[in-house]
Amino acid sequence: MVKVEFLGPIGKAPVEMEAATLAEVAAKLKEEEELRDWLDKCAVALNDTMVNDLTTQLKDGDRISILPPVCGG
Amino acid sequence: MELYHGPLDVKEIFGRWLDEEAESNYGAYIPFVGTIRAEDGIEALSFDIYEPVLKAWFDAWQEKAGERGAVVKMAHAIGDVPVHTSSYISAVFSPKRRVALELIDEFVEDFKANAPIWKYDVRNGERIYAEDRSTPMDGAGLLA
Repeated sequence: MVKVEFLGPIGKAPVEMEAATLAEVAAKLKEEEELRDWLDKCAVALNDTMVNDLTTQLKDGDRISILPPVCGG
Repeated sequence: MELYHGPLDVKEIFGRWLDEEAESNYGAYIPFVGTIRAEDGIEALSFDIYEPVLKAWFDAWQEKAGERGAVVKMAHAIGDVPVHTSSYISAVFSPKRRVALELIDEFVEDFKANAPIWKYDVRNGERIYAEDRSTPMDGAGLLA
């Protein structure tokens, strides 16, 4: 199982799922209506490191963070 | 990197940073202060921060600055920050001014684009995500 958490304004509780790659996470998240307007503008971190490759392999206990558009300062 | 709940005590932090580097032989110290402006009827801005990724982002910048003989520092607020107070300050120390002037520009601009911080307007006590002023981070859209 991996855990997906949604940061900042997304306002969605974390979900757990079976997924071997980030592509599989993407496929499952795309089924969720409330994420439809978020995914195309969100960046992704795996265990707190930013990632940029859908083929990234996942292992049991991994934590995936979904980061919406930012505006610090 | 320093995070505070509520507005920053700008004078204390800048004074302390100056003291910390007093003997470091830097010729230039360039501070930046971000202050909340009163506009569009807001009472305050409010901030969420994802600290682990912010720390990694800041550490990478510290390394980049170090390669140029410089040091970067920053402090940011979490939660509500009333108008006319400060939510963000940063600074660069370097041996000579040119590096510090260039770095403060690059550092603050990349901060706006890639630091994992979310901003909300506060009106009538309600937090409203500042979506129109927010920027997708590098690599956004991976899962779309």
